[in-house]
Amino acid sequence: MGEMEELRKEADNLKDQITEARKVVQDTTLQEAVAGTTLVGRVQLKTRKTLRGHLAKIYAMHWGTDTKLCVSASQDGKLIVWDTLTTNKVNAIPLKSSWVMTCAYAPSGNMVACGGLDNMCSIYNLKGKDGNVKVMRELAAHTGYLSCCRFLSDSEIITSSGDCTCILWDIETGTEKTIFAGHLGDCMSLAVSPDFKMFISGACDFTAKLWDIREATCRQTFSGHESDINAIGFFPNGNAVITGSDDATCKLYDLRADQELITYQDSGIMCGVTSLAPSLSGRLLLAGYDDFNVNIWDMLKAERVGVLAGHDNRVSCIGVSSDGMACCTGSWDSFLKIWN
Amino acid sequence: MEEGSRDQGQQGVGTTDPEEDSPNMIIYRKIEDVIMRIQDEKAGGVAIRTVKSFLSKIPSVVSGADIVQWLMKNLSIEDSAEAIHLGSLIAALGYLFPISDHVLTLKDDGTLYRFQAPYFWPSNCWEPENTDYAIYLCKRTMQNKARLELADYEAENLARLQRAFARKWEFIFMQAEAQVKIDRKKDKAERKILDSQERAFWDVHRPVPGCVNTTEMDIRKCQREKNPQRVKKSVYGVTDDTQTQSSVHQSLPSQPARKPTREDVQKEISFLNMQLDRHCMKMSKVADSLMSYTEQFMVYDPLASTIEPSNPWISDDMSFWDLEASRDPSQHRVKKWGFSLEEALKDPAGRDAFLKFLESEFSSENLRFWLAVQDLKRRPLENVAARAQEIWQEFLAEGAPSSINLDSHSYELTSHNLKDPGRYSYEDAQEHIFKLMKSDSYARFLRSTIYQDLLLARKKLTEGEQGRRTSLEKFTRSVGKSLTGKRLTGLMQSS
Repeated sequence: MGEMEELRKEADNLKDQITEARKVVQDTTLQEAVAGTTLVGRVQLKTRKTLRGHLAKIYAMHWGTDTKLCVSASQDGKLIVWDTLTTNKVNAIPLKSSWVMTCAYAPSGNMVACGGLDNMCSIYNLKGKDGNVKVMRELAAHTGYLSCCRFLSDSEIITSSGDCTCILWDIETGTEKTIFAGHLGDCMSLAVSPDFKMFISGACDFTAKLWDIREATCRQTFSGHESDINAIGFFPNGNAVITGSDDATCKLYDLRADQELITYQDSGIMCGVTSLAPSLSGRLLLAGYDDFNVNIWDMLKAERVGVLAGHDNRVSCIGVSSDGMACCTGSWDSFLKIWN
Repeated sequence: MEEGSRDQGQQGVGTTDPEEDSPNMIIYRKIEDVIMRIQDEKAGGVAIRTVKSFLSKIPSVVSGADIVQWLMKNLSIEDSAEAIHLGSLIAALGYLFPISDHVLTLKDDGTLYRFQAPYFWPSNCWEPENTDYAIYLCKRTMQNKARLELADYEAENLARLQRAFARKWEFIFMQAEAQVKIDRKKDKAERKILDSQERAFWDVHRPVPGCVNTTEMDIRKCQREKNPQRVKKSVYGVTDDTQTQSSVHQSLPSQPARKPTREDVQKEISFLNMQLDRHCMKMSKVADSLMSYTEQFMVYDPLASTIEPSNPWISDDMSFWDLEASRDPSQHRVKKWGFSLEEALKDPAGRDAFLKFLESEFSSENLRFWLAVQDLKRRPLENVAARAQEIWQEFLAEGAPSSINLDSHSYELTSHNLKDPGRYSYEDAQEHIFKLMKSDSYARFLRSTIYQDLLLARKKLTEGEQGRRTSLEKFTRSVGKSLTGKRLTGLMQSS
């Protein structure tokens, strides 16, 4: 038996043991445990605002922490910061590369970041002295497209890329601090834990990985999806992870039980999940799909309790503001909508 | 890398053949599964029949209502709106089409639909060139049939293509003529069907202005196309060397998913060993914690419950946000501080109240240390080293004025970190102190009068009582203040 074969056998053996260990703690399933809980009543959200201004597909959006501002990125080569209450454009930032795939708002509100096919993460300072928004840093090291980026603070940002790695950068020096390698397929999305100590990444190898930011290691890997994971997010208490995939399902994985808790799927849903966001309490899961709709799930009972139908093309991004007041959706139809 | 997965009733055959090029293939296979079932009349499919129309017969059609009914029954869809949505998706992708409209949606009425021929299915990876489209539009103008007349947008497209292909128009014209000849040989009824299917094909690949082009792919997925240089097949069998390579993604190198190497597997093994050592929490406990968390926070979740005073998006009244930001917190807000120490510290008013309580016990150094470390993490790099030293002097050095209690291991680790001070030098220490506060002073805080007064919104004391109490309170507070005052203002910059 070749060495590779022996190694693979050892790995498979360990995997079997882990599966056994996981079975041991399955004294119940989430479905059984919530059998006595009442289903959340039908959730009917309405479009309160439509943000018009982009001229092409919107690929990403991110709420600022002040709960009224958000940033969006479109293939028309613009990054727009919106006051979602008045629908005014606070900033309209022209980009060097129009093939933008992601954007992020710093928690302080001082910066935004974006990136895409240029393989770089560009950081823009919104609070420059003369009032102009300028590029502050261009973080270049990835050898694949930039799929997602999230600020830890004004001095650090984490990016995920089509080169299968994620990187933690120091913004001030513009250098890579840590490279998180391990995925075997393009990393499509990432999310930072509420305590800023960990982050999770979803990739085209159908797995999600939990990383310790300071220790620079992969803590856990979650599998079960049958296709690319496009979207990922933390449950609000930081103890569970939600993923959305091209296999048309979303899954909830618990970090402490180290396994999948439940799958959100329906025979009538055939299109892949592009984006997701939990509501403030974690009771509701809002997920955007390729079939132009957003489905709202009762996260505990795994049943659909609402639909947001209003876009004329794929819903590419979704976010819930930090006070849970509003949900924002962005679409290939070039519009953003605010719902609640 | 599949580990034991728990399926909850998989539907459809949907196999993901890694050799298949298009990223949309997964959904195409699912829909094809449905399409084959719906057309199978013997196995409960819809009735596809010939309908008599004004002067002629319309072969091979089915009504929109029948399709909607079938979808609801066979895919367990309860809501007809959902069935219509799914049916419209199937139409938009090109698997069925209305015989009298270019717009590909499904209506729940007597509108007649036809199924697309497998030759034209999107799963065949069609990317028809403009030369094919030009041939198509051209041949339609050659035939004298009312039903083949060009729509306005098609006439515009044809004009545009004539200009673009001016030099090879003769070639296109010849191809169109050849196609017309081939078509004429076919049976009349068959031709009706084929013509409509061909038109539906072009409705997918050259949609009516305003309609979504469902063949568009996410550019991130395009990057992984295995064979971007493959020759695109022509609808009309045209092998034209001058066919151009359009679209951006074609010119970029593809990045195939890497195959695992020996090193990868070895890393995996050590990772798996680590996993095996971890302690897994029982599912029942996990479920309980999820349920109690959502239950606690649901009243604070605007998407799940009604929020007081009102939703600013609906009422245009900002008082909700004003209340959240005010340093004079409502009972509702104060209640949240009791859920966990994390929640209390998230709220600036909560931090103030906790600090006030600790000061009254003369044990505020833990919280002040925690706050100082949070602040350190946000400092610009140039200030970090100096600040880190200041924190050491204040809280950890021998004889420190606000000495905190760390176990020897954590103390040594922190002291070591400070040889090369950085933003995260105090991570370990901070975690320890947090745990200490959580298990000790936090619980007492929740029982304290400071917290309880806010929680129960107790009315202020009457004047007489105030007189007696406050002089003692004032004294103790002033003593406390003179000791902590200076250092407090220096450290309390965050929030």
